[in-house]
Amino acid sequence: MREPGRITPELVAEHGITPEEYARIRAILGREPNFTELGIFSVMWSEHCSYKSSRVHLKTLPTQGPCILQGPGENAGVVDIGDGLAIVFKMESHNHPSFIEPYQGAATGVGGIIRDIFTMGARPIALLDPLRFGPLTEARSRFIAGGVVAGISGYGNAVGVPTVGGELCVSETYAGNPLVNVMCLGIAPRERIFLARAEGVGNPVIYVGAKTGRDGIHGATMASETFDEGSEERRPTVQVGDPFREKLLIEACLELMAGSDVVGIQDMGAAGLTCSSCEMASRGGVGVEIDLAKVPRRETGMIPYEIMLSESQERMLLVVRRGSERAVMDIFHKWDLDAVVIGAVTEGGLLRVRDGDRLVAEIPAHALAEEGPVYHRPMQRPAYLDETERADLARLPVPDRPDEVLLGLLGSANIACKRPVWRQYDHMLFCNTAVEPGSDAAVLRVQGTRKGLALAADGNGRFTYLDPYEGGKLAVAEAARNVVCGGARPLAITNCLNFGSPERPEIMWQFAEAVRGMADACRAFGTPVTGGNVSFYNETLGQAIFPTPIIGMVGLLEDIGHATTQWFKRAGDVILLLGETREELGGSEYLKVFHALETGRPPRLDLAREQAVQGACLEAIRAGLVSSAHDCAEGGLAVALAESCATGPEGRLGATVELDGAMRPDALLFGESASRIVLSVRPGAVEAVRAIAHRHGAPCAVLGAVGGPDLVMRGQGVAVRVAVAALRERWWTGLERLLQSS
Amino acid sequence: MKVGILVFPGTWSHQDFAHVFQDVLGLSWGYVWHKGTSLAGYDALILPGGFAHGDYLRVGAIARFSPIMEAVVRFARDGGPVLGSCNGFQILCEAGLLPGALLRNRSLQYRCQWVHVRTEHCDTPFTRTARPGQVLKIPISHGDGRYYAPPEILARLRSNGQVVFRYCTPAGAAADEANPNGSLEHIAGVCSEGRNVVGLMPHPERASEPLLGSEDGRVLLEAIRGGALQPR
Repeated sequence: MREPGRITPELVAEHGITPEEYARIRAILGREPNFTELGIFSVMWSEHCSYKSSRVHLKTLPTQGPCILQGPGENAGVVDIGDGLAIVFKMESHNHPSFIEPYQGAATGVGGIIRDIFTMGARPIALLDPLRFGPLTEARSRFIAGGVVAGISGYGNAVGVPTVGGELCVSETYAGNPLVNVMCLGIAPRERIFLARAEGVGNPVIYVGAKTGRDGIHGATMASETFDEGSEERRPTVQVGDPFREKLLIEACLELMAGSDVVGIQDMGAAGLTCSSCEMASRGGVGVEIDLAKVPRRETGMIPYEIMLSESQERMLLVVRRGSERAVMDIFHKWDLDAVVIGAVTEGGLLRVRDGDRLVAEIPAHALAEEGPVYHRPMQRPAYLDETERADLARLPVPDRPDEVLLGLLGSANIACKRPVWRQYDHMLFCNTAVEPGSDAAVLRVQGTRKGLALAADGNGRFTYLDPYEGGKLAVAEAARNVVCGGARPLAITNCLNFGSPERPEIMWQFAEAVRGMADACRAFGTPVTGGNVSFYNETLGQAIFPTPIIGMVGLLEDIGHATTQWFKRAGDVILLLGETREELGGSEYLKVFHALETGRPPRLDLAREQAVQGACLEAIRAGLVSSAHDCAEGGLAVALAESCATGPEGRLGATVELDGAMRPDALLFGESASRIVLSVRPGAVEAVRAIAHRHGAPCAVLGAVGGPDLVMRGQGVAVRVAVAALRERWWTGLERLLQSS
Repeated sequence: MKVGILVFPGTWSHQDFAHVFQDVLGLSWGYVWHKGTSLAGYDALILPGGFAHGDYLRVGAIARFSPIMEAVVRFARDGGPVLGSCNGFQILCEAGLLPGALLRNRSLQYRCQWVHVRTEHCDTPFTRTARPGQVLKIPISHGDGRYYAPPEILARLRSNGQVVFRYCTPAGAAADEANPNGSLEHIAGVCSEGRNVVGLMPHPERASEPLLGSEDGRVLLEAIRGGALQPR
């Protein structure tokens, strides 16, 4: 690349900088920026790095709580779990790169989020990947899904962090814009959390890891634009991951952080060296001076602009105590990593970039990191809601073969067993996995304690499309319910908010409403937001995805012995339903799969009722009364019961139940009313569980009993009998069939 | 009795073995860094799973050139007990301490899942407390676990009794449906002619506590207490 001679309005526009933003840049500098500085501003003030459209809304989320040690603003959130330990976790998106190059896009997403965790001094112990693709009946979506899963598998397995959970949902809305969200959780001694701040004038700044190349330049800017027909040509802006080098970085950095030489540390992710250097300086209230001539490079002829904007993977920036350079270098050399002192902490708050003797950029760090533009973008309720809210579902035909509907749902992509995906991921490393993928929540033991952690990721884009406020609430509620079904008390969330272009008022309205719903739910459940990521511009050819907030919930088990799974354990156990079924078919999977409709109002969520149901479930589990607990979600009560029968390691226990409720039989079976949990308990425990439910104010009804070879459901207008073997066959093979279809 | 756990750059199961030795079995252990050259003080060796040196060339192909491997070869030739699991098995094959090779899984995909293996021979330092034919439930986690050896070597392995583990059904039948990667003759683990070096693809350290779904892996790891087959 050659530096253009002067900064023209066209060049400014190419950098995604508006004329108003450019005027602010000139005011901050007191002069025209040079080309390098223009590039630096463009990435730091991009939507991806600056949150300029979302910031005013994100501020309304609750971020404080008794166990929160670090909320949003650092590389990841930190939560106290007692016993002198803290968990560090965060979720991020890698949607745009994964559309352009599925394998590397997903792989580098995994690498990036892992760096955010060990940067804080925590050992990464778990990954979860919520994924959204177009229908797997389309070759292109199968190609993307296959590449993404292979990328997560290839990187996650080699780097040595187990993938213990996630989601895979398909819908036409994601065909031109898949979602690849990645969550990582780490664990650290509570007193040894490291922050990404530069301190101590004169302390050296050290670059460690992979050499810098031209890959990924403008990655942050790409994530701040919609796609058009030329998007495939952007493949060079997707980086290539090296999990082996990342593994070396994890071990070397954790070894280094066990000592006392590290002052601050940050990974070079989006916007690379630019972002890490100015954010560390800004947080520490100091300046940083770096010399690009010292930066290890793997290509010749790179100009300062390229070095500053490169998003080459597996690189870290550290500030260490002056005088400790030798000891620090010894550790990096032990792990065969390139490490160089490239600069120092300075007084005065400036990011000063030299290339040898030449000064190439000089910008107040705080202006880059914190004084980016903030927009109160216009909002407008989308017109489609008038239509979907008025949809008359009462006139839909009721299926005469509900047993066939049930089998069809169990074999559909969103409900079928995801084992074809998660068996490609190492999910057992570190000997913590007490509940493997395939139940409501993954449960990990916390070594050295009696405790456990339950992890779940949830978000229903269709619900959020049909009612963004309820969708935001429902996502938090379902994630919390899943963690409770695993036997844990919900602690805190991270999130990834995947939306269309914020420059469209309808999208901005969806966003604001979803955030409002999340905030209300998080307040009600006492689960603060510890951080997350906003991914806007998920649009292709002007078509936005369903607004899709994904919630990553972490829960704590005081005793790992409380770990609970979703499947029935023994014949003779009594089946209970916590919560109530209402006639709510809007937005359901049943409506989509069998009536090809994505309309209506999603189920209403009563936050008090949700808390009552969760509270009762958790207390019953902790009292040792519960054999299995399963959240009612996609496919409703019939699918929840079928899954309880068919999804365990054996999957051979049937059940006979009476369903109570005066409503359409398909709503009774397949409606997705919120706040419902199917429990199975020993006969002698029924009264104790009902007493607990009563105390919490949660409805609790006896549905029937576990046993026999069939699932038998009876009720008003309902008479269904299906062999569990048939249910299991459909559920077990459904996804495999879709992935192999051609 | 002290167990040395080898650590190459890119190894990741070493912590899990250390955890089982420390917290479950109460065995003395230490890590051995790949740049070292001495194994003095160790009575048995573990080569754990992972992606040593990234395994970008061919699994185990670079690790065999790590400085410590010369000492490992000497230790094995002297009859010292050596157990390679997963990547460790791959490295032992590349180093010539075990016969055969491990190729890409037949599915061409990584597989992490529970399998059952049948113990074929109990005269190794790691199977001496097992019952002949004992079925063990232990997980695998690998992309390259398809055991291969040319026909003449396979014949020799059979006649020497060097096939230590075969993939099998829970009832103990070696069968295609129980073979997760397409290994020849359902081979999951083999030993050296001297019987002191054992390699297997499954991860016994992940099956050593009831909480994790199986304790069957302890059969291999507890046997280490017995030391070498003959006094060295």
